Amino acid sequence: MLSNTEGRCRAISNKLSKHEYQKMVEQKAPGSQIIRNLLAAFITGGAICAVGQIVLIIFEQVLKADKETAAASTSIVMIFLGAFLTGINIYDNIASFGGAGASVPITGFSNSIVSPAMEFKKEGYVMGVGAKMFLIAGPVLVYGIFASVVAGLVYFIWKQVM
Amino acid sequence: MVVDVMKAFLLGGCICIIGQLLVDLTKLTPARIMVIFVVTGVVLGLFGLYQPLVEWGGAGATVPLTGFGNLLAKGVIKEIEEQGFLGVFTGGVKSAAAGITAAVTFGYIMAIISKPRIKS
Amino acid sequence: MANRLGQQTVVLDKPAIILGGAGIVGKKEGDGPLARYFDNVIDDEYAGEKTFEAAESRILMDAYVKALEKSGKSPTDINLILSGDLLNQCTAASYAFRDVNTPYMGLFGACSTMTESMALAAMLIDGGSVDYAVCAASSHFCSAERQFRFPLEYGNQRTPTSQWTVTGAGAVILGKDGQGPKITAITPGKILDQGIKDSNNMGAAMAPAACDTITRHLMDTGRSVDEFDMILTGDLGKFGSEMLRDLMRRNNFDLKNKHKDCGMLIFDLETQDVDCGGSGCGCSAAVFSTYILDMFRQGIVKRILFIATGALLSPTRMQQGETIPGIAHAVLVEA
Repeated sequence: MLSNTEGRCRAISNKLSKHEYQKMVEQKAPGSQIIRNLLAAFITGGAICAVGQIVLIIFEQVLKADKETAAASTSIVMIFLGAFLTGINIYDNIASFGGAGASVPITGFSNSIVSPAMEFKKEGYVMGVGAKMFLIAGPVLVYGIFASVVAGLVYFIWKQVM
Repeated sequence: MVVDVMKAFLLGGCICIIGQLLVDLTKLTPARIMVIFVVTGVVLGLFGLYQPLVEWGGAGATVPLTGFGNLLAKGVIKEIEEQGFLGVFTGGVKSAAAGITAAVTFGYIMAIISKPRIKS
Repeated sequence: MANRLGQQTVVLDKPAIILGGAGIVGKKEGDGPLARYFDNVIDDEYAGEKTFEAAESRILMDAYVKALEKSGKSPTDINLILSGDLLNQCTAASYAFRDVNTPYMGLFGACSTMTESMALAAMLIDGGSVDYAVCAASSHFCSAERQFRFPLEYGNQRTPTSQWTVTGAGAVILGKDGQGPKITAITPGKILDQGIKDSNNMGAAMAPAACDTITRHLMDTGRSVDEFDMILTGDLGKFGSEMLRDLMRRNNFDLKNKHKDCGMLIFDLETQDVDCGGSGCGCSAAVFSTYILDMFRQGIVKRILFIATGALLSPTRMQQGETIPGIAHAVLVEA
């Protein structure tokens, strides 16, 4: 039984129920150009990883570092790259083109830390930069570390059992 | 060497394609997708399923966020082997130390030097 | 004394006269099709200020000063300023007007703020409590992005239904006497929430509210679409406009070629990479205060229904799983 106000609402413009309207929006909304996006993601992500591979080769073969040091150093260089490209206002253009190709690699992780750090500088170095630096990347660290603890427990228990 | 770079390009590109499919076909936000990738990396790393990808594709496996998850898992396992139960708590962050510290450091420096600008 | 007409509309006995208006916009808007109508285009997103929020206050203040100049009124003539913006606590407006020594009432209607302020001012003038009022609204791409979405340098990909928050401010001077187009009736809008959850699809969230208010105005006044030169919405954008047409058709109203949208007028959708068009309080405010008033001056239009549309979303509520309510207020402007 509709109340008086509901009745008025219905009479005017809710010829479509919420569900029907949402369906209509879903059907008619312009879709993303998926093929173009996938291709761009492939190229961008591939290129960034290729750069990473070249950096790794330089550390391993030119600088003669051992495997672990080379791997850690490569991560640092890639993070610096992401930070630098964010700092010179270019990374957002790369991501605009490459989508996940820019956000999935570690350079994207770096961008998600550097961009809020730059943005919130205006609110000061402590409450702005300091507090908001992990605004976007926080979940990656929280869930990554938490998952590693769970994995560790699983591994530890498995070892005890075996 | 060139082959290694090409393999990295291929594998990295494919992993990013999976990410893009999630972006375009689901309502998942970028943050949630990054979390899924990291946790997947941890799980695969725990069961040793990610290592073959690393051996084949090098940076194509380690540069994406799944590689970060794998790094966390490997670190935890290594610490448990060496330190016992304490390794459950120390392993993850220890292996990610370089990455996290680099991110904080460069983030801070860039905040000092650069100004955000509107997209052109 | 105003008269209520039908269910929601108010017909003004003493129409409020729009004595003049001004609009200040950012670079992207200054590169758009309406460039020559704006009073000023700022050099960069900081407008000579240290923060984006201060820049937004700056352009709002400049629009107010210019509008006063163009209407031949001085600050001491103004009895009330009605203004608002998108920022938390409406700081762009309150900081813009803190030194003008004039009574000020802040408003929040999201992107519908311009017509909300014009409707309220018109009612106050008709009632005799205000002789001259300032109605103004602003938005800034950078200050809106950092509050509602992501830091500027963050690499996110925009979806096809997204809109570009306009960097712009518009102000009009309303008065009890003088020359200019008149606000003869207003239809305040109801909040309508049809369950849209995508903050990148504001058009779809606002269209039902726009449809409701327009339909209500037409039914209350008994007018047909043909009697208007233009039915102008604030920022439904390309997709939202499509939804509006569809919803209006279901109410047996065909908008034909009378419907225009400020978000689609302020940018060239083909060349300017703005997906579905402009959005923000500043969009409707800047377009109306310059381009539309100019059309009245030139006699190109004589009767316009101006409906600014707002999406009352909040990042907090959205993270809590809420949907996006919309609202739209209409003012009838006649030569």
